Amino acid sequence: MHSMDHKKQIKRFVLENFLFTDDENALANGDSLIQKGIVDSTGMLELISHLEETCAIKVQNEEMIPANFDSIDAIGAFVARKLAA
Amino acid sequence: MTKLDWNVLDIDYQQEADRIAQRLREVTARELHKRGLVVAISGGIDSSCSVALAVRALGPERVFALILPERDSSDDSAARANILASHLGIRVETVDIAPALAAIGCYSARDAAVRRALPEYGEGWRFKIVIEGGIDGQINRFRLVAQSPAGEAVERPLGLSEYLQIVAATNFKQRIRKNLEYFHADRLNYAVVGTPNRLEYDQGFFVKNGDGAADVKPIAHLYKTQVYAMARFLGLPERVCAAIPTTDTYSLEQGQDEFYFALPYRAMDLALWSLNHAVPAAELARVLEISEARAEAVYEDIRAKRRTTRYMHRAPILVGEVNELDLAH
Repeated sequence: MHSMDHKKQIKRFVLENFLFTDDENALANGDSLIQKGIVDSTGMLELISHLEETCAIKVQNEEMIPANFDSIDAIGAFVARKLAA
Repeated sequence: MTKLDWNVLDIDYQQEADRIAQRLREVTARELHKRGLVVAISGGIDSSCSVALAVRALGPERVFALILPERDSSDDSAARANILASHLGIRVETVDIAPALAAIGCYSARDAAVRRALPEYGEGWRFKIVIEGGIDGQINRFRLVAQSPAGEAVERPLGLSEYLQIVAATNFKQRIRKNLEYFHADRLNYAVVGTPNRLEYDQGFFVKNGDGAADVKPIAHLYKTQVYAMARFLGLPERVCAAIPTTDTYSLEQGQDEFYFALPYRAMDLALWSLNHAVPAAELARVLEISEARAEAVYEDIRAKRRTTRYMHRAPILVGEVNELDLAH
């Protein structure tokens, strides 16, 4: 899958799983998921499990920092980096 | 700015004990309209201090204590609780809640989840859960630490669904205990005392509708360090005052701080006080002798736990107004 498609797929998951909506406008790609109260620490783990399952990546302990997962843009960039590595 | 030091947690214990006792009398009589207080005592410092304050408020004849052990409780906890009850001269009843927990599926649901992470887990094994990452600025994750019947230590990362099921099953313990507390409260027309200290209350270290449920929480504003000092001031038995805080919830012995808090409780107290009083992380770092980055991570961990557990403090949310109830009174 192309990294742009990953980002779309991630956004769809966040919208459906955390906001119960398919409205793309409910969330901007740069929005902080933590500051906006969309994802808490349990939600973060859910998000990471989802990425590991669907993007075929393994997130290492040292990569589990909020900066890598705090927005759709950040997650998209992180996944792209992992897949390129 | 005045310099941060450990003395910021010092208070006048005589005055504070009297103030709490006075308030407990008022609350029980005029707000709750009850005749006395039920307190479940674990032998730990918080419930010991709470029950002693209840006695100071209403006298020993109006306080009813419960000791509620189950399979994973340490015998020493119940022994300390009994010593305390005798010391205070209060009525006490011990109920082994293990059969109720077994019947409701607490142990079987828990063990099934543990076995998903560690297939060899079974009879004679002991385990605990460790939370890690937060202190290093990472997202908190979970690890299973187990010991085989032969004494061999085994560790496994714990997936989210396994972790959630272990916690959900284990929460039966606090919720079944609360059922018994309210049984006796209803029977005696008493109110139920909740016993969290400030660290636990602030950081959501309780089970919603389990130990979090109560009619009054007399030490929720006191830092853990202050609870220990209050217990000394109240002259509680040495074995109670010297008790080391454990969760007493998992079969492998576990310190509360290793389970949930980023630092040992004294340091956590100071960190929480400092965050509450807008002390810069650098100043906290100086007193705790840790790096500024670590102090900043501790602040962030406190904030993150507040966010995650905020809903546990909330009453059920209504979606329309019912103003006529005027629940402030």
